[in-house]
Amino acid sequence: MPSHNDKMKAYWRKNLQTLFILLLVWFVVSFGCGILFVNELNEIRLGGYKLGFWFAQQGSIFAFVILIFVYVVRMNRLDREFDVDEE
Amino acid sequence: MEILTWTYILVGLSFALYIGIAIWSRAGSTQEFYVAGGGVSPLANGMATAADWMSAASFISMAGIISFAGYDGSVYLMGWTGGYVLLALLLAPYLRKFGKFTVPDFVGDRYYSKTAKVVAVICALFISFTYVAGQMRGVGIVFSRYLEVPIEWGVVIGMCIVFFYAVLGGMKGITYTQVAQYCVLIFAYMVPAIFISMQLTGNAIPQLGLGGSVADGTPLLDKLDGVLTELGFAAYTSGRKSITDMFMITLALMVGTAGLPHVIVRFFTVPRVKDARLSAGYALVFIAILYTTAPAIAAFGIYNAIETTSEKEISELPEWISTWEKTDLIKVDDKNGDGKVQYVADPAANELTIDRDIMVLASPEIAKLPNWVVGLVAAGAMAAALSTAAGLLLVISTSVSRDLFKTFRPEISDKKELRIARFAAAGAVLLAGYFGVNPPGFVAQVVAFAFGLAAASFFPVIIMGIFSTRINKEGAIVGMITGLVFTIGYIVYFKFISPELNTTENWWFGISPEGIGSLGMILNFLVCGIVSHLTPAPPQEVQDMVEEIRIPRGAGKAQDH
Repeated sequence: MPSHNDKMKAYWRKNLQTLFILLLVWFVVSFGCGILFVNELNEIRLGGYKLGFWFAQQGSIFAFVILIFVYVVRMNRLDREFDVDEE
Repeated sequence: MEILTWTYILVGLSFALYIGIAIWSRAGSTQEFYVAGGGVSPLANGMATAADWMSAASFISMAGIISFAGYDGSVYLMGWTGGYVLLALLLAPYLRKFGKFTVPDFVGDRYYSKTAKVVAVICALFISFTYVAGQMRGVGIVFSRYLEVPIEWGVVIGMCIVFFYAVLGGMKGITYTQVAQYCVLIFAYMVPAIFISMQLTGNAIPQLGLGGSVADGTPLLDKLDGVLTELGFAAYTSGRKSITDMFMITLALMVGTAGLPHVIVRFFTVPRVKDARLSAGYALVFIAILYTTAPAIAAFGIYNAIETTSEKEISELPEWISTWEKTDLIKVDDKNGDGKVQYVADPAANELTIDRDIMVLASPEIAKLPNWVVGLVAAGAMAAALSTAAGLLLVISTSVSRDLFKTFRPEISDKKELRIARFAAAGAVLLAGYFGVNPPGFVAQVVAFAFGLAAASFFPVIIMGIFSTRINKEGAIVGMITGLVFTIGYIVYFKFISPELNTTENWWFGISPEGIGSLGMILNFLVCGIVSHLTPAPPQEVQDMVEEIRIPRGAGKAQDH
């Protein structure tokens, strides 16, 4: 049976993996699509929007909201899996 | 009824509501005063955080700034929302588990040093004071514009209201008042936006209306690009700032948001770690409603302003223009004497000047909405200014009573500490009011820099304090001071010492003073890491504490020492 310490290390590692993936998305939707590649994306249209402009003024914000809720669900599951959740 | 009557009724009703809530939920202990007893539901806390966060500037000025900046205004939209992702993922749950009342508490314990704590207190006070002075000024301006009283009186009335519920109610009173204030402000913001969107694009949802088409079938944004370039302005959807500068400003605003003490402290008020995570999610939902509507109001506003005025006979301009001309927010000056308005990029030939605040303030009149909507917008603007001011005042009073006083006189009783906290809040209200009446010339500029300072000082040491066990007090102190001195130095140099040099060619790496906080933050991280590795590791019990805050179980309520 793994010791308590090893288990906590595994929990923390999984937590860091989750953070890394979510922050990558965070970076891509805002700094990537909204700033660094905005001109390229503006060639593509989304209804009356240019796509890059849409990411900068609307899309990134929607994505931020979704990211936090994905994080909440994922961490609650992780907490239960590693038996560190609160009553 | 007259606009003024409606404004008095609606603003008066909303104030009565806030005071009623304050009496019902006043604080009886330091725990209730600092963190509302730690029993706020995540949904209520999310709403309170949103109201705390959205200031008079967000409510009144942001849409107008975007109207004139177009794509470049995106830095504010992304910057002031993206920070919540950092807060939710990197800070809120761990600080909640840590379970004390303030950010300096965390810095002091994690870095086992009173010096580190005092440096953190100074940062917190400096950031909060610059910010609160701007809010008090906002309260005064709203009062003077809508209720036709002098700005000074507006500030005094605002001070009395905030004094009443912040000093009496502490965090508990503030939290529940902010919930009410959020409802008032979001309703006031959305009503005109929905109507304007319907009138312009036929779509009731402003977020979709912005991507919709105007009457002749062309997409609104394309039409706007065309109209603006024709008049000699830059296209609405293209940027004027460099990519580097956009990047750095957005980053500084995001990280600064996550480092602002009055935002962080809100996550101490919920019962559990998982509530802290969820609460950050709710907060961002409530903020996003306003922040995704703002760019729509911005585009509708500038489009309407140009369509109704450009090349039109001055005698036939719509009524709202003459109404707002009285307040000097719009100026029409027929320079070439042809009896028509020319709105063009060339300042020598331009005949129309529009203040950015007009886009929100005049929105009900532009949409020809009934007079009560104007009163509603006034009540919303007041709610935005008051809720932010109250949250900041609480941070200031907590910093004084707890982080300064109690650190050096740990033996004082709970009752006495509460009295000191109330005195500190009262003192802070008076000082903020003084700055509201006599604003130092630099306030408006400094508010924006509060973010840079928060980014360069708090954010790195909190993150490193959680995600590394090796970072020690030497690293944290030197890091915070380096970040702060560097950022202040750069800003002061370009804004106050040599403002004439404040141009792209002279900036380091093309980064404007608004974005320099990002570089300050990186410096702080580097210095903090290097110094920590050259000096002894923190004591074992501190390393154990760090391991402990990473695990949610056993959080309990926010504790006294």
